[in-house]
Order: sequence, then C-alpha cells, then structure tokens
Amino acid sequence: MRHIFSKQDRVLLGELVRTDFKLRYQDSVLGYAWSLLRPLLIFVILYIVFVKFLKVGTGTPHYPVYLLFGIVIWNFFVEMTMQSLTSIVGRGDLIRKISIPRWIIILSSSIAALINLGLNLIIIAIFMIIGHVTPSADALFLPLLLIEIYVFSFAMSLLLSALYVKYRDVSYIWEVCIQAGFYATPILYPLSRITNITFQKILLLNPLAQSMQDARYGLITKHTTIIWHVFNGSWYAYIPFIIVVVFLVGGILFFKKESKYFAENI
Amino acid sequence: MEDNPTVIDVNNLYKTFRLPHEKINTIKSYIVNFWRRKKGYEEFRALRDVTFSVKKGEFFGIVGKNGSGKSTLLKILAGIYYPDQGKVLVEGKITPFIELGVGFSPELTGRENVFLNGALLGFSRKEMHAMYKDIVGFAELEKFMDQKLKNYSSGMQVRLAFSIAVRAKGGILLLDEVLAVGDAAFQQKCYDYFEELKREKKTVVFVSHDMTAIRRFCTRVICIKNGKIVFEGDPAEAADIYQEENMETSRQATKGETEQQQGNSYKVDISIHKQTDAEVNLKINFESKKRGEVFAGISLLKDGQSVAEINTMKQLKLKNKGSISYTLSTTVLNPGTYQVSAALFTRDNKQLVAVCKRKPSFILKDVDRQSLFKGAIIKLPDTWESLKN
Repeated sequence: MRHIFSKQDRVLLGELVRTDFKLRYQDSVLGYAWSLLRPLLIFVILYIVFVKFLKVGTGTPHYPVYLLFGIVIWNFFVEMTMQSLTSIVGRGDLIRKISIPRWIIILSSSIAALINLGLNLIIIAIFMIIGHVTPSADALFLPLLLIEIYVFSFAMSLLLSALYVKYRDVSYIWEVCIQAGFYATPILYPLSRITNITFQKILLLNPLAQSMQDARYGLITKHTTIIWHVFNGSWYAYIPFIIVVVFLVGGILFFKKESKYFAENI
Repeated sequence: MEDNPTVIDVNNLYKTFRLPHEKINTIKSYIVNFWRRKKGYEEFRALRDVTFSVKKGEFFGIVGKNGSGKSTLLKILAGIYYPDQGKVLVEGKITPFIELGVGFSPELTGRENVFLNGALLGFSRKEMHAMYKDIVGFAELEKFMDQKLKNYSSGMQVRLAFSIAVRAKGGILLLDEVLAVGDAAFQQKCYDYFEELKREKKTVVFVSHDMTAIRRFCTRVICIKNGKIVFEGDPAEAADIYQEENMETSRQATKGETEQQQGNSYKVDISIHKQTDAEVNLKINFESKKRGEVFAGISLLKDGQSVAEINTMKQLKLKNKGSISYTLSTTVLNPGTYQVSAALFTRDNKQLVAVCKRKPSFILKDVDRQSLFKGAIIKLPDTWESLKN
C-alpha cells in the first residue's frame, strides 16, 4: 500500500500552496496585507456599530480584543470553507489529467487559511499587549482549541467540496448558512446577553461557539460564558466534540467515496 | 522479453459512464427528475471486459478510433477513473502524460510553471533546481522564463511542457496523443524521445492515432473497438486492422459527397481498379467540353503528406472524354494507408481546371514481417554488396 502522505505528496502540497498564494494576491497593490486588513476593517465597522452605538459589550472587560478574536476565528472558518468549496471544481484541470490524492487540494487551501490565521493571531497578541490583557493559565488550552477549530473546518471543507462537484447549489446554500452562522455564533455579542438559558445551551453546542468561548475565557477575560459552566459538568458539555468527530468521520468517508468519481463528474 | 515480470495486469475491466441528458448539478433538477421518475441520463459503456497485461520493458500500444474507449482505459491505468468492475494491478510508479503541461497556469511565470508541473510529475524542488537549466535550454526559452505564461505562444508552451515531460523517466510511462500537437520539428523531437525510451528499455503504454509511430516503436499492440479488445499482438497487424476500420468510416462519410468541378467544363475522377501484392491499378475518367488538349496528374499521399506526383504530359495526348489507367508499383512503399487524388490541367497554359475531391485510398499491408524499420515512407531495395579489400 502506498504511503498515506508520501514525500512526493508533500512536494506537491508545497507547490500548490505556493501557487495559490501567488495567484490570489497578484495584481493587488497591497497584496498579502489584505488578509490582515480585511478582518481589521470588519472589526472597525462592527466595533463602531455594536460597541460604540449599541453598547453591546458593556460589562465585558477588554471587549474590543474579545470582539476581534471572534472575528478572526470566524473569518478563518469562512475563508477555509469557502476556498475549499470550489477548490475541487477549480482544480478540475488537474483532477481530470493526473491522479493526485484529491484531499491534497483541500489541504492546500486549508494551509493558506491557516497561515492567515497565524498572522491574525499575532495581531491579536499585539492588541492584547496594548490593552494590557493578561491571559490566565487556561490559555494553555489555546493550541488544542485551535486544532478543534481546524479539524471542524477541515471536515466541513471535505463535505462541501465533494457536494459541490455534484450540486452547484451548495455554494449559495453555504453562503446563507454562513450568514446565519455569524449571528448564531457569539461573535459580536457576549453570550451572557442572551438571558434564556436554554438558548444559551443550544448555541454553545456549536463547536465553533464552544471553542471560541473557551479560548476567550483563557486568553482574554473570565467574564465569558463557557459550556462547562452552563452545563455544569453534565456530559452534554461534550456534545461539540462529538459533533466534530462525527463530521470528520462522515466527511472523510463521504469525500473518499465521492472522490473516485470527481474526474468524470466535474 | 518473455520472462520479464508483468508490471500492469488488467482483468475483466468494465467502465460505464452516465451521460446526463441535461447536466443535473442543481438540487432542483435532481428533485424534478426524481419526481417524474425520469432517468436523467443514458448509460454509455466505455469498456467491456478488457483483459490484458504489460511486461516490463515493453512499448505497449493501444489503438482504436475516437470514442473506442482507449483514453478511458489509459485514465483507469493512471488512477484518474475508477472501474465499475474488474481489477487493475500496477507494479511500480506510474507517470501519466494524458496531456502536456498539466497544471500550467497562464497567470504564473514560465519559471513558476516549470516547478509546479515538475511537482505534479513527482519531482522534488531540489531535483527541479538541478535540472531547471537543462529544461529551459532544451525548450530554447531562456529569455522568457520570467514572463507570464499567458504571453507565450502556444508553440512555446508546448516546447516548455515537453522539455519537462522528457525528464520524467521513472516508472511506467503512459503517453496519450502527445504527438497530436506541434509541428514537424516537434514531432521529430517526440520520435527521438521515444527512441530513447525504447533504447533504455522503459515500460511505455502508448495511445496513438499515428500508425507510423505505432509500427515503428511498439512491441505489442491492442486494438480496441467499442470498448472491447478486438485484436492483441503484432503492431503491424494491429495498424492494418485500425486503418481498414478507419477507411470504412471515411468511405461512408464521403459517399454522398458530390464532386465539385470547376465551371462544369472539365471533369476528372479517379478510382482504384485493382490491387495486388506488388501493384495498384488506378483508373482515371476525364471529360473536357472545351477545345484544346488536357493532361492529367495523380498525386500519392500518406498521412496528408505528398509522396509522389506523376502526369500524362509526356506520354499521352488527352482530348474530349476518355479513360486512362496507371499502374503504381507499390514495392518501394512501406506499409500504411495511402490516398490518391487526380487533377486535370489544360495543356497550353498548364492551368488546373479540375480536381477529384474524392480521394480513394488503399492500404498496404505489412507482408514483410522480417523487416525491422517501417517508419519511413519509402522502402528501398536491399542492394547491398560487401566490398573486398
């Protein structure tokens, strides 16, 4: 049996990531800076509307950083899934002519998104230093939480990209889902503003909400509603992780089954 | 060669494609079709019960008409398509050339494309760095490497892609219609590359319409018709089968075609009267409604290339209407499909006045199985003599 991730595949992955980057930022004056500017500009808009005018964040310390963190994580999820969604169809020229492992294409778009996430996290670190935010020991969980977010995004990407080969509707449906998800995830409002405890619980079952809140709890402020407190030690608190695992297994199986017919279906 | 190990083993391969009536790729059309209980597709059986094997060091040819399933077969070997039934066992690495320049992106520079294409062919960056200079030199594109590919002419793109491709010599090579592009000089380069592969005893699976190349390079050939193997064995015999089948199709296609003659004053028509092992007897009917003498000419073609031309100028005086014949000695010609066409000229100002649009063809079968070299058009007689000092 062939190695799951051979040396040749690594070379190919590197080359795909490199070309992706070159193609994405060419012909733009600011080039790569856009991947940092975009979340920052969105942050500025949301900050003005929701924090300055609507006073959403009152009561939560370091609310600007809190908000920016949410935007960065959400931005990563959106960027990765949207890129991957069309990536298999977009790389149709390769798939129809050469037998590369199909998931390498998904992996290559995910790496581009990961690099952006890394740079954005550096900006958050700078904001934290400026705002004198001191993380607690719980911040040590951050790498694990980021892995959770990445795995969930990857699983969604596998599902969406394979579905998109068959049904082009998926891109429109996913856009709507993203819109809904933006409000269903506590990105720009503190979860404590939702007074109905059942709603709070339901919203926190979303792996993105759970991991985002956990990360904020350790990194920014203890005034963050997290799943462990809401469910009070019941096993329900593990549902987000179960969701991630189910999506990952389902995504891999579905992608594996469908990828056999990518070449003829694109 | 007999005791060489088998590197590709294909057993009872079946492949069916679903050809949708309209492309169903929205959920709505899927639901609508489901509701009407309509089967929104037709099934096309591309391959039926295909079994063969390739041994190490063979130059294995696959021939067949367009749509016969040969490219599907190659894509299954390359792992791009999956068969519905049957098994494909491949020993070793496969390097597919379904197309030259896979992954070439017009927005990247020549240099960047070389590295990307190299990675797709399985080279590491280090290996690519080592042979980058050779590749560029071979393509004769040193000055253009930092320009975007979209500014290249198509000839330059092919040259660049080919220069990278010839570096890949590892494993089993799958070549599909690589010869279908490029000019005569490029074809020569391709042939040189094939010679090299053959000399180095590489295992090659070669799909082509070019019977000259099949005859010249292949050691064994399968002939595919409607997804089935109809012949397996000697390349020359396979080429004959393919050419006969092809001629049948073109004959049907030209049947209804009316012959256009200039101004209706002159007519000329050519047909093959008789063919034996050594000769082909051609018959020409001509008609001239004007005064003055005419002369007829025949040209012999192979694969669109002119082989010989002959005319009646010196021997015959033609007037009004009549038939003439010409006996073509075929002993000097190598096997292949040849076409003949006839033309009529006025004798006084040598003006072309009529052409026979229908070009009947004949096949010279490969009778001399002993002969090694059959790639050229002309076969010269063996008039060797050893000289004594």
